[in-house]
Amino acid sequence: MSTETLSPKSEPSRWSKAWNSNMGYSFRRNPVAVVSMIIFLLIAVAAFLAPVIAPYDPYDPAQMDIMNSEYPPVWVNGALPEFMLGTDDQGRDLWSTILYGTRLSLLIGICAVALQAFLGISIGLVAGYVGGRLDSLLMRLADIQLSFSTLMVAIIFLAVTQAMFGTDTFNRYAVVFLIAVIGVAEWPQYARTVRATVLAEKKKEYVDSARVLGFGPMRIMVRHILPNSLSPIFVISTVQVANAIISEASLSFLGLGMPPSQPSLGSLISSGFDYIFSGSWWITAIPGVVLVVLVLVINLLGDWMRDVLNPKLYKG
Amino acid sequence: MSLLSVRDLTVKFAMRDETVTALNGISFDLAKGERLGIVGESGAGKSITGFSLMNLLSRPGYIDNGQILFDGEDVVQMNDKRLRTLRGNRMAMIFQDPMVTLNPVLTIGQQMVETLLAHRKLSREEARQIAIVKLREVYIPSPEERLEQYPHELSGGMRQRIIIAIALLLDPQLIIADEPTTALDVTIQADIMELMLELCQSNQVGLILITHDLGVVSQMTERTLVMYAGRIIEAGRTREIINDPQHPYTQGLINALPQQTVPGQRLKQIPGNMPGLTSIPTGCAFNPRCKYATDLCRSRVPDIVQYGEVAVACHEVQRLNSDEDRQEARA
Amino acid sequence: MSDAKTDRPLLQIKNLEKRFDLDQGFLETLKFKQGKIVRESRSVHAVNNVSLDVGRGEALCVVGESGCGKSTVARLVAGLLTPTAGEIHYDGQRIDDLSRGAMQPLRKKIQMIFQNPYASLNPRMTIRQALEEPVRHHNPGASAAEVRDKVTEVMLSVGVDPSWAKRYPHEFSGGQRQRIAIARALTVDPEFIIADEPISALDVSIQAQVLNLMLEAKESRGLTYLFITHDLSVVEHFGTRVAVLYLGSVCEVADTATLFSNPKHPYTRALLSAVPQLKDDRPNHIRLKGEIPTPINLPQGCPFQSRCAFADARCKSEQPKAIHQPDGSLVACHAVEEDRLDAVAAG
Repeated sequence: MSTETLSPKSEPSRWSKAWNSNMGYSFRRNPVAVVSMIIFLLIAVAAFLAPVIAPYDPYDPAQMDIMNSEYPPVWVNGALPEFMLGTDDQGRDLWSTILYGTRLSLLIGICAVALQAFLGISIGLVAGYVGGRLDSLLMRLADIQLSFSTLMVAIIFLAVTQAMFGTDTFNRYAVVFLIAVIGVAEWPQYARTVRATVLAEKKKEYVDSARVLGFGPMRIMVRHILPNSLSPIFVISTVQVANAIISEASLSFLGLGMPPSQPSLGSLISSGFDYIFSGSWWITAIPGVVLVVLVLVINLLGDWMRDVLNPKLYKG
Repeated sequence: MSLLSVRDLTVKFAMRDETVTALNGISFDLAKGERLGIVGESGAGKSITGFSLMNLLSRPGYIDNGQILFDGEDVVQMNDKRLRTLRGNRMAMIFQDPMVTLNPVLTIGQQMVETLLAHRKLSREEARQIAIVKLREVYIPSPEERLEQYPHELSGGMRQRIIIAIALLLDPQLIIADEPTTALDVTIQADIMELMLELCQSNQVGLILITHDLGVVSQMTERTLVMYAGRIIEAGRTREIINDPQHPYTQGLINALPQQTVPGQRLKQIPGNMPGLTSIPTGCAFNPRCKYATDLCRSRVPDIVQYGEVAVACHEVQRLNSDEDRQEARA
Repeated sequence: MSDAKTDRPLLQIKNLEKRFDLDQGFLETLKFKQGKIVRESRSVHAVNNVSLDVGRGEALCVVGESGCGKSTVARLVAGLLTPTAGEIHYDGQRIDDLSRGAMQPLRKKIQMIFQNPYASLNPRMTIRQALEEPVRHHNPGASAAEVRDKVTEVMLSVGVDPSWAKRYPHEFSGGQRQRIAIARALTVDPEFIIADEPISALDVSIQAQVLNLMLEAKESRGLTYLFITHDLSVVEHFGTRVAVLYLGSVCEVADTATLFSNPKHPYTRALLSAVPQLKDDRPNHIRLKGEIPTPINLPQGCPFQSRCAFADARCKSEQPKAIHQPDGSLVACHAVEEDRLDAVAAG
């Protein structure tokens, strides 16, 4: 019996288990989810393989030639065949720049959400499980945080840091600053959701049973309550990644995010914006489309996930 | 002619990968004003029977085959409009949980008057008067005041009385009660049972009582159907079934009750579990749990055969009757 | 009673009270009354002055209808709630005011089985994880093999095939889950088990299986039970003694046989007569007027007076004390004390 548990035979069954589970089944049955997933995976894989796929390195000034600036994409007259999606104002290959930019956007989005999730889940768990005064205190903090708009907080913070450290230092650590500010600004979303599920789970008998067995609060929170609160966390995580990517793009567009030398999708759109009336629409439009598609498929996946994991539809 | 005549009713559920049979060839009759109990454990199909009778099954369940003749008309073939005139009007249903059945945002009066107006051409005032009369019939003190109250202001027993009053509002010919007293306390349950019995007898209303509680069936009904894994396995007069059960499952069910054993001794348990709908054993569905099972039981589904006072679906009834244990149990 | 120390009850509940505040927080307690703002907080009186003893090897059944406080008593004893007043002693040691750390050794001795087997097992843990966790927690030095042996032993003793250990709770039926829940409680080798309606969520044929299992465990492991239920037929079968609770107060405590053959408190009589009987179809139950009052702002006097046919002026003003009867039962009723009951019934 025990040898069977340890044998690697159980490994493939886990995959088939997931495939045959409720989630796997509803995924297969939902064409929107399947298409969204495929597009998302395509974008994500392409972005993270950017150094391999991209024909040029947009961060390498040696590969840039100002003479190549503002070539249109290949399907427009006057294009150069080596620049598939044309070039931007500095003569960078737009295709390569978009790949690198998407990578940055996704990286910032996912890391910021990881930070949000870490803060929010810890605070939400403690608030929900301990309750009482501590709960009131933490939730009022969340309310205060939520009454500032994320962008406003981010703009003030980034503007101040930019002024304090100077543009050079700021540009070097822009990724870290962006992750920190977007991560910190949105933790209450997680804290509130987690707290609500913890309050519901806490009443269930398995928690009482764990208490009667003498387990400590840490163990009960992490081993027992948290795994049962994961569904809503998954749902908001997808939406939050999309939101974080938008926030990053907005901040970069406003010039408070990634510098033009290391463009994310937002700063690319912003840098192309000056040339939109001079006919070079592609520098803004193409990254714009990528951004919209990326955010859209993430949101569609989030919608699908919410439908599947909705506890009212799904009897667990 | 009987009020309700169910013939070969088969209900299926279209699941993800397969279609499962929840009810398999159910047939029974109910005379006008008769009280029938349907007994079984969870998963036996007793609640699905209740829902099917009103054609209330919702996806993924559907009636695959069979007739439900109510007053000579087939409920299965009725269109939605015809069904609406049937439900609540000539057939009413009482559910287990009084908290869920009443709409929490409407007063008792609003709910009763709406129900009446939906089916009858009445003025609001007339409808109100009828509601008051019905509340009085279920012994609700000061019914005029109750009409203005919301469900949450009333106790569980009071709510269940109001649900019975709503079921009786349109003078139905048949009430289907699905575990009507399970959510109530013993002392309240005794009151509600007495009330339902009295109302059914005085108004000549037919009653189908769906329950797992043999004691309730014994006190409330004239005839009983015992269900197991989607089939009727024993049917007959309630008294006969309780005092002299024929099917091994019915015997096991009655013998498993604590009052059938000397206190402190091991209860006579039925081994094993009720099979799930996807894994009903071949042959007699009860065979893996039955100590009398033979090869025949494992291969062929027994037909339901009249045997003395009751109809039983068991291959081994004859042998069973000569069994020593049973002789002893009967003594 | 106190002459022999070995004779003392395993569990002693002394004047236990529990109130749940309805108005939490300062602002909620402010009420507007007669033009003035008054500070007033309402509370639910779930358990009032309950005293019970459970002797070693006994199965004390606590019965009553919903809202009578029987589950609250169970949760107070299990340490899931802290009492508002009163004391709980286990084996001579006061346990209701212990810290979590000081409670640890007792956690091994006192275990609880819950009503709903669908909720009492963590749905994200396999059976093995659920059963190994308490063993590891209470025996930190145990080797993996020892833990596994213990789990296998317990699974076999409750009739669960150890090869199912890899599965999750949702793959089991209600009866099997309740067996697993019992197994989990038994992994720490407890001596006292609190069972809160352990069979009421199960089917009739499965109830018998679980009840048998609990009886077997009682004999083979020498367990003592505090068994909470509303089902009197189960009480008659399982309990050695019975305590009847009404509105948070004890009405009657007696040996099972005594209680069922000779119930004394008017409420106990009504309760016993209300149980649907199998064999005779003419129910002859004592009708109680009205319904259970809310446990907010309890009436003065006897909690049962509003529904009692024997209530008089004394019952309305003075709360009855539990008095020992000649046959050993304890009854809290003025009418029984004054011997009015049978006089009225006869006249």
